[in-house]
Amino acid sequence: MVNMESWDWDTQEKTVSDTNGWKDKFEWVEEFQASPDGEKVAAIVKTGEAEFSVCVNGEAWENTFDKCWYLRYGPDGRLSCIVSSEMEWTVAVDGQAWDQSFGYVMEVKFSEDGKNVCAFIQQDGMYGAAINGEPWENLYSNMTNFAISSDGQHTAGSVQTEPMDEGDIFKFQSGIFTAAVDGKAWDKTFVNVWNKAFSPDGKRLAAEARMTLYDYTIVVDGVPWSEIYSCVWEPIFNPKTGAVVAPVKVGASWTLAQDGKTMWNRSFVQCWQQIFSPDASRVAAVVAPKYGKWTVAIDGEAWHSIFDDMVSDMVFSPDGRRLAAVGKNDYDYSVIVDDTVWNGTYDMLWQPVFSPDSQNVAIRAEKQGRQTIVMNGKPWKQECEQVWDPVFSPDGSKVLIRSIEGGRYIRRVLPTTELTG
Amino acid sequence: MAEGQVIDGIYFNEVWEDAGLDEGTKKLTPEKIEKVINKVLEGETGARLKVYVDTCVHCGLCSDACHYYLSHDKDPTYAPVAKVKQTMWEMIKKKGRVSPTFMKRASQIASTQCNVCMRCAMYCPFGIDIAYIMSVVRRICHFLGITPLYIQDTAHSHAVTMNQMWVKNDEWPDTLQWQEEDAQEEIPTLRIPLEKEGADIMYSVIGPEPKFLAQLLYQAAVIFETAGLNWTMPATPGWDNSDMAMYTCDNEIMGRVKRVHFETARRLRVKKIVMGECGHAFRSIYDRGNRWLAWKMHPVYVEHAIEFYYNLLKSGKIKIAKKYEESVTLHDPCNVMRGRGLYEMARYVVNEMCADFREMEPNREHNYCCCAGGGVINCGPPFKMTRMLGNRVKAEQIAATGAKVCISPCHNCHSGLEDIVSHYKLGVHVKFISDILYEVMEKPGAV
Ligand code: SF4
Ligand code: SF4
Repeated sequence: MVNMESWDWDTQEKTVSDTNGWKDKFEWVEEFQASPDGEKVAAIVKTGEAEFSVCVNGEAWENTFDKCWYLRYGPDGRLSCIVSSEMEWTVAVDGQAWDQSFGYVMEVKFSEDGKNVCAFIQQDGMYGAAINGEPWENLYSNMTNFAISSDGQHTAGSVQTEPMDEGDIFKFQSGIFTAAVDGKAWDKTFVNVWNKAFSPDGKRLAAEARMTLYDYTIVVDGVPWSEIYSCVWEPIFNPKTGAVVAPVKVGASWTLAQDGKTMWNRSFVQCWQQIFSPDASRVAAVVAPKYGKWTVAIDGEAWHSIFDDMVSDMVFSPDGRRLAAVGKNDYDYSVIVDDTVWNGTYDMLWQPVFSPDSQNVAIRAEKQGRQTIVMNGKPWKQECEQVWDPVFSPDGSKVLIRSIEGGRYIRRVLPTTELTG
Repeated sequence: MAEGQVIDGIYFNEVWEDAGLDEGTKKLTPEKIEKVINKVLEGETGARLKVYVDTCVHCGLCSDACHYYLSHDKDPTYAPVAKVKQTMWEMIKKKGRVSPTFMKRASQIASTQCNVCMRCAMYCPFGIDIAYIMSVVRRICHFLGITPLYIQDTAHSHAVTMNQMWVKNDEWPDTLQWQEEDAQEEIPTLRIPLEKEGADIMYSVIGPEPKFLAQLLYQAAVIFETAGLNWTMPATPGWDNSDMAMYTCDNEIMGRVKRVHFETARRLRVKKIVMGECGHAFRSIYDRGNRWLAWKMHPVYVEHAIEFYYNLLKSGKIKIAKKYEESVTLHDPCNVMRGRGLYEMARYVVNEMCADFREMEPNREHNYCCCAGGGVINCGPPFKMTRMLGNRVKAEQIAATGAKVCISPCHNCHSGLEDIVSHYKLGVHVKFISDILYEVMEKPGAV
């Protein structure tokens, strides 16, 4: 995990960079990215004719590129960008491009500690993944659903193992897709393989699969569950026991199954996005108890608060006792915590963030084009052009707020009590 | 050729070769057919189908609604109710004990002789939705593996790539990047913002745009840039709003594709999705796919291009420099007109852009279908003549306007009408709204 203790939790407020000046320096400034510790703000900028780079706190990287896109900070505060030079693509980390370049780079994912940067790549019309620039030995003629383990040491994709002529529906239905882990494909093939999850230790892989045009199941390390369902959604691993849990459709309704056995004695019109609590004692999912009615179910028990449009962004508190999510009715988003909907609706909400002691919940919110942080239902007094997700200090007593106000990128550390009131 | 023929005691009003149907039928057994039919009828159709079947009084009032029936000089086998008679009624009556050849004909009728356009439902005194019944037939055919080859391949593409055209994960962002570069020759500040989290709008299109119609991406980018909107496009699967799995009635794949679409919009934290000029895609995210997933409506607001252009013109965000002089007519696509009621908005947009607009008759919700929609054009070359012979009335309707340009704010309609125009030698150009809007709008940022 990232060491947040070393971050500056004392300076109450500082303007890190006045981004207004960036526009005088560069003819093109893209959207801003803030570093996790709040000390840096960055954007892709145009530095010359068909020449791009990345500006951090007002200074552009020395290296320039023909194209730059997907600029993101990793959890460790290193800044990555997909870049292109002379028709080749690669990833630049803190301005330094990987030695190896590719035909294209279409996705970048970070390990939890940010140390490993993993990319979904194409080389000579073949597809695979690269970790810190090192590509798989075997590439495939098609790949989708790129996934990585939490430590970023393993990567996987759904790959095509045999060539297929255009329109050869019979070949397709014979099953020419499987999952490949670190470039090595499973022996058994399927009609389709989709979303995949690594076990917490990165050693096992579970995936959604279709065995025929209409028989679905979950496959773990190449071995399908013996049960067949009319549909399944993405599996996850129980972080403690290693059991695999996935939403499955039985008859007309959805429920959760574990290792091929029904896990909940309730079923729903829909059930997905399941997550385990950190201690793995509880499992929650977004469910529709009735058609067009959405809520959260924990261990099969649905909450009473209902949303018409959707529920998303569930997150357990660190102690596993509380759960927060976002719900939507018409155009209005609200926060729901422990089956209680906060007062106040917003035009947009991001994912809720719990304090380390599980007592407080804060969230990035937008209303009428202005953004702010809302804590325990109460909006912070400051309205900004943009804020980023709030970050609690390790002891939970302070909140790091990163914002743009009047074009200035500001880093603030506020006592949590200032936001809770 | 489209000559009627009796095969194994079953009358086919048209005979075409299609490997999906021909090979699929060879693998059928009476037991499998019986099992699948009963499984779908018992497990999936419920009261709705039963009411439709029990209520129909066989009056034939729906017949004149159907462009196939009218274009085939009122051949009774093309009447909407006859399509049910040759398919679902028999399956129900015989409790699923029908022959492989019967099922092959059922698939051909449901997949290529009905555009699920729902025009006939407006003329039935009981509002019986024959399009729904044809969809149930297609669903049975999906489970039996007897779907026409081309559209089945398209459903496979959706299943693998989440897009209609086997567009690979790199090809999509790469295409957007070179469209952006091209468009910068015209408007140097133009950007196609990829993966911009927190933008107001996610713009989504259909698979053929990056594959064959990249100029539409260019035009859309010019419109967004000129209107000064805060928009984005995803670089990941989820960018394609189309859904031929909806029309093969592979509902599970339809749902999967729609889920990715809406979850991508949610991931990007956009307030709405604006979609290009496509009708069936609108149906899939506004009606069928979202509802299969248990969303009563679209979980993220979806604005069809017609409504989008309407709002831009009405608010003055896009201004017209000089009206288009050529005479135009407007085709009302079923899915956004009958399905969503955007006809007056479409007329506002066309009148703002064009100096000489001529209505087709009948129009608005009464308009005749293009005969391409409902997945029929996606059944490919083997059934092209089914569409040509099945839509003479459309050709006559267009010709009667005397217009030189036919505007079609739907991809399937657009391609289908191009075939009709060429088959019947109408000498008419088919255009999207954006083709004309791009041509006539003010572009202050252009060099
Ligand atoms: S094509 Fe349209 S009018 Fe004809 S039967 Fe099908 S839904 Fe009815
Ligand atoms: S109009 Fe309605 S009741 Fe009459 S035949 Fe057609 S579907 Fe049946």
